[in-house]
Amino acid sequence: MGAAGGREVWITGAGLISSLGEGLDAHWAALQGVQVPLIDAETIAPYTIHPMAAIDLDRQIAKKSDQRQMEPWQRYGVYAAGAALEDAGVKGRPELLDETQIIVAAGGGERDVAVDATVLQELARSGDEGRTLNERLMGDLRPTLFLAQLSNLLAGNIAIVHGVVGASRTFMGEEAAGFDALRVARARIAAGQGRRFLVGGSFSAQRWDLALLFELGGHARKGGFASVGARGDDDGAGFHMGSMGAFVVVEEAGEARLRGRAPVAALSHVASDRSTRVPGSVHQSLGRLWSGLADRLKPGRFAVLSCATGATGVTAEEFGALRDLAPGAPVRAVGNVVGHGVEAQFPAAVLLGAMAVRHGRLFPPMADDASERPHEGPIEQVVVTGVGHWRGEGIALVERAG
Amino acid sequence: MARTYLDGEGRPLVAVTGMGVVTSLGRGQADNWRALTEGRSGIHRITRFPTEGLRTTIAGTIDDVRLDEPSAPALSEQLALLAADEALGEAGAGRPGDFPGPLFVAVPPVEMEWPQRRALAVEAGDDGVDYRALAAAAASGRHRRWHELFLFGGVADRLAERLGTKGSPISLSTACSSGATAIQLSVEAIRRGETDVALCVGTDGSVHAEALIRFSLLSALSTQNELPEAASKPFSKNRDGFVMGEGAAALVLESAASAHARGARVLGYVLGCGDCGDGFHRTRSSPDGKPIIRAIQNALDDAGLAPEAIDYINAHGTSTPENDKMETMGCSAVFGERMPTLPISSNKSMVGHTLTAAGAIEAVISLMTIANQRLTPTINYLQPDPAIPLDVVPNRARDARVRNVLSNSFGFGGQNTCLVLGAEPASAA
Repeated sequence: MGAAGGREVWITGAGLISSLGEGLDAHWAALQGVQVPLIDAETIAPYTIHPMAAIDLDRQIAKKSDQRQMEPWQRYGVYAAGAALEDAGVKGRPELLDETQIIVAAGGGERDVAVDATVLQELARSGDEGRTLNERLMGDLRPTLFLAQLSNLLAGNIAIVHGVVGASRTFMGEEAAGFDALRVARARIAAGQGRRFLVGGSFSAQRWDLALLFELGGHARKGGFASVGARGDDDGAGFHMGSMGAFVVVEEAGEARLRGRAPVAALSHVASDRSTRVPGSVHQSLGRLWSGLADRLKPGRFAVLSCATGATGVTAEEFGALRDLAPGAPVRAVGNVVGHGVEAQFPAAVLLGAMAVRHGRLFPPMADDASERPHEGPIEQVVVTGVGHWRGEGIALVERAG
Repeated sequence: MARTYLDGEGRPLVAVTGMGVVTSLGRGQADNWRALTEGRSGIHRITRFPTEGLRTTIAGTIDDVRLDEPSAPALSEQLALLAADEALGEAGAGRPGDFPGPLFVAVPPVEMEWPQRRALAVEAGDDGVDYRALAAAAASGRHRRWHELFLFGGVADRLAERLGTKGSPISLSTACSSGATAIQLSVEAIRRGETDVALCVGTDGSVHAEALIRFSLLSALSTQNELPEAASKPFSKNRDGFVMGEGAAALVLESAASAHARGARVLGYVLGCGDCGDGFHRTRSSPDGKPIIRAIQNALDDAGLAPEAIDYINAHGTSTPENDKMETMGCSAVFGERMPTLPISSNKSMVGHTLTAAGAIEAVISLMTIANQRLTPTINYLQPDPAIPLDVVPNRARDARVRNVLSNSFGFGGQNTCLVLGAEPASAA
């Protein structure tokens, strides 16, 4: 379903951290020249991931006591949210924070995998598993870890650390949560249901609990790095998880003008859908979503940033759909450069799209990915496509504003 | 003058045309209403899992739903379906399996549970097992269904598939105000003209050992296990925490114009929604109560109603020392001198705290309160708290004139969401 409503929506703040560093400028610099993904093949081997760059948490999360209340997933998100607020000129200004609303696309927080392993070993030796489980959990679980795990506590920590105390909602549901967080925020601004939203998500890739969840479905890619377009059933389908924090401040354009803010880019369209996955359904779904923005595209001046995961079947379908829908348009898979951040992937891709239109050109292709070709021409628009590894399709149009 | 089906702000007026509810008191509006007005409790000793070594051994679990493989997402899904089937049957919008609008579902955050971890550990050979070994066992591909079962979007997706809702289903969490947030998101979508009709659901079937232990370690739960049905005592002096409950509720929301056009019976209106964040603390409210006050005020403003128009408050009323004190403070600030005589009661005294589902369940009960012109009681109210001088509708239901209800929902992480539900549009006069 798409969005109606007449008000123009701008991205006025960008907060992005990943394996490539912090901020859109650092990402732009890292993406010039030959693409070499930054990977970590050891921490949770045999899974290969994109680790978080060295980040000085104190810069956005001043109190160590706040940092201690969180695990990496929440820290990355709170950090990126702070960076986005700072970039938008909203940080530390209560009169603006007071009316800023939050929509977070969230997964769940880290489990204590050491405790889990100990409990499982005890259970194996126990003659009374129920009692043993109760006693171990009562004794070993840290009370505060529950709060570090609760999905809506990423938003809660953003409120505490940055003082964003407008309404907050947390969407769950993997990749689709990222599409819908941006879709609903944009639709609400366009319809006059809010002036400024902080929207995004975060992901920590060095997590055994998530590797296990995605491995159950055959989606956690093992072995060395391969580019998204080169993955397939023969060469290990699935994704390399990528640590990231991606938050966007989106704002009604008139509101931004009033406070003298220049846009990073315009967020002109966001839509999402759900198809029952059978062969061909992703292709069809993307076709429907594409038709919602096709008449706004400037031939030869737009690029596609794909959130393709590398999941069996659907990634091949997505690339096939893009060849049909936008023949000749340059395509880049965001997963190639920062890995897959599930809920955070779509917000991260929108930010990288904003980066590209601000520079007016696209970054170079990944060397071993046949679906990416060099492109030197000017880029004024970026279409972001998202196809969830299991469910959900989304699309966004980011373009030069003003 | 012809009716415009718009509210005072010129937005589409949002009607409720179907409702469904399931709690530990029973299935369906009729059974729940009977039990609630009789002042019955659905709280009992936990039999689902061993409780040896636990400080709390009681809950309002729902144990009569057959599941092939019990888990929080599987039960949450079934409870949601029971509630949705009732609501859709009443609303008559669309056709079975083809609901003509989007789905907003408040779902508990889920993750792999101990039986699954244990099964993988056994397959991994148990000895010295760790997550690397579990993941290696998972790579066999024998448990693919667990991947879909424990994805956060899983419950909503299966509901969307079964009910034929349109678009991308929204799974959401605002902790213990989630059910109210599902309604609020639907109202917003209808008001901005994105859809004429929406299905909102709050569901929670997540009482298992670890979930209970987590709340227990935060000292949030009542430990008054001796008399389970008497443990949840909102607003009482001797309240000592909430009792976990399970349940689900579903509401079909529809623009009044659409409801009228197809001749649907209107059960009531969602006149206003208000929310406000709180940056004070992860589990506690700002001591000055400002976010709660602002959430209530926002809901009243959104409804275009003055505080005087509220006839009854369906409380969040968890039975924790903190919540009931802060809720009293917030309501007193908004309703002033009227507060001691403005009836306010807590359904959680009977069904426990249904967490993610609570806001939706209590919205349904609020609308039943309007339909029946009868207030549900706060049971177990034997020792009034002198710091809480409220008319909590103690122990017995009673008749009352009720046109507009305020329903409060507050959650960890600074979530405050309030709804104003009414018999008639505020702007009709």
